[in-house]
Amino acid sequence: MYTTELSKSASGANVQGIEDPAKLAAFEARVAADEFIEPKDWMPEAYRRTLTRQISQHAHSEIVGMLPEGNWISRAPSLRRKAILLAKVQDEAGHGLYLYSAAETLGTSRREMIEALHSGKAKYSTIFNYPTLTWADIGAIGWLVDGAAIMNQVPLQRTSYGPYARAMVRVCKEESFHQRQGYEICMAMMAGTPDQQRMMQDAFNRWWWPSLMMFGPTDDNSPNTAQSMRWRIKRDTNDELRQKFVDITAPQADAIGLTVPDPDLKWNEAKGGYDFGAVDWEEFYAVVKGEGPVAKERMKARRDAWEKGAWVREAAAAYAEKQARKAQAA
Amino acid sequence: MPSLPPIRPEDEAVAEKIRPGGAFDAPVDEAHGRILFELALRLGDDSLILGQRLAEWCGHAPGVEVDLSLANMALDLIGQATHFLTIAAEAEGKGRSADDLAFRRDVLDFKNCLLVEQPNGDFAQTMARQFLFSAWQKRLFDGLTACADDRIAAVAAKAVKEVAYHEELAAEWVIRLGDGTEESRARMIDGLDWMWRFIPELFETDEVMTDAAARGLVPDLASIRIGYDARVRAVLAEAGLEAPADQRPILGGRRGHHSEHLGHLLAVMQYLPRTYPDAVW
Ligand SMILES: [Fe+2]
Ligand SMILES: [Fe+2]
Ligand SMILES: [Fe+2]
Repeated sequence: MYTTELSKSASGANVQGIEDPAKLAAFEARVAADEFIEPKDWMPEAYRRTLTRQISQHAHSEIVGMLPEGNWISRAPSLRRKAILLAKVQDEAGHGLYLYSAAETLGTSRREMIEALHSGKAKYSTIFNYPTLTWADIGAIGWLVDGAAIMNQVPLQRTSYGPYARAMVRVCKEESFHQRQGYEICMAMMAGTPDQQRMMQDAFNRWWWPSLMMFGPTDDNSPNTAQSMRWRIKRDTNDELRQKFVDITAPQADAIGLTVPDPDLKWNEAKGGYDFGAVDWEEFYAVVKGEGPVAKERMKARRDAWEKGAWVREAAAAYAEKQARKAQAA
Repeated sequence: MPSLPPIRPEDEAVAEKIRPGGAFDAPVDEAHGRILFELALRLGDDSLILGQRLAEWCGHAPGVEVDLSLANMALDLIGQATHFLTIAAEAEGKGRSADDLAFRRDVLDFKNCLLVEQPNGDFAQTMARQFLFSAWQKRLFDGLTACADDRIAAVAAKAVKEVAYHEELAAEWVIRLGDGTEESRARMIDGLDWMWRFIPELFETDEVMTDAAARGLVPDLASIRIGYDARVRAVLAEAGLEAPADQRPILGGRRGHHSEHLGHLLAVMQYLPRTYPDAVW
């Protein structure tokens, strides 16, 4: 997931004026018929731009998302938990790779995308700008963050752009394991000592609202949703997904003795779902702007890794070049 | 006839717990158990500490592909550690688990070699360490597939494939960095120089290893050394590097006398189980 539409202006609004009407009509018909669009196919510029932004944002989120959990690999409390967490974070790196590859098929290089991230031009999910304070946070992230990701990504397996849809199929297989391991940590914590229960409820309190924010602004504040749904880039609205998430997650919290930190949460028989309180959108937009609690740490960690790794990448390129020259001479 | 002391219920309870065994059972070979424990501990600690070190890179490696390969090796090593420490715990027979051994021992009781606890340094230092260790571990595990202890043999048989890959990957990086740019070459020279003094410890034959070899538990380390030296020479030659001059060997890890680095690593790794001794995670 991690692909919240973050631009507040409607970007695809004037497509009609600039594209060849016949091509556009043919494209729209294919999309409406649920056909996949492939890299060599004609596509409107706005479609290409929206997808490049969305997929690269998703890739960045996978990579930045390694940091909050990576923070606990060295301190995982048992051999089994350490192995599971390592495997999970390794999966996220893999997701980043598939997604960068999928985005590259639209004509932007990985290098350009990474530079956009480091310059602050490209966004990544707001969720990763919150700190992981205790081991319970690792449970909360797996359960809530990967849970929200699944909710968003399952429909993306049928998104209109072929390479993105196929990347999502691979990603989704792994995400359900991520969520299970997270919930399992939460169960163990809530079945544990008072210290563990305190850590768990505290983590849940801190991650609940940011998780709801992962689905993005409310529908009446998402100017691009209509176009994205029309192009089958998106298949559900932000509010629909958020509601679904609350409906599934609240009973899971209850089952292990956690209290949802929302006094307004109440089952609504008539709508067959929960009513819940308002998300603090001011905080959401502040985090989008880069003002999240550990946004500076996250960006610094990524830039440092990239800059400190420059000599390695240069050496690998120099070596490859020498080998190629040798092969040519031979 | 003097009256005998009565058999009290608490004595009966103790007697109840003693496992059945007749007078003609083979005596439990205590020495064998002790050697097996020591050996499994060394193998487990080597893998655990190196896995812990490699995992420190997670999210900070020079590129996503490298990040993946480091995490992958760390995962293999943590898996090996789990198997070996489980065997050690059973051999010890004091009711400790693999997790107890990993998270509730202090420095003096860790038996890993000094090489694996060395700091990551830069990527060249990490790869120098990895190559020098994996090239040894690969040859050791080859021999351990014939270990007299079936469980160790089985773990080695599975792990030797993983380790062969670690050795290959690290060798490629030693070559690539050695024969890359001026900077990468200088860094690889420094990395090898840092690690070089810990090689002799890998081949140290103390009482435990001598005894273990006599019991068919470990291969002859001297014969492994021949292949190891040849491999290291070949990779350095391909990298266009000279082997560092021999340095005075630093030993002690196998007896629990470590570098200053290990205490810090353990402080981080063990913090949760130590802070919350009653918690189950
Ligand atoms: Fe994702
Ligand atoms: Fe992911
Ligand atoms: Fe995930």
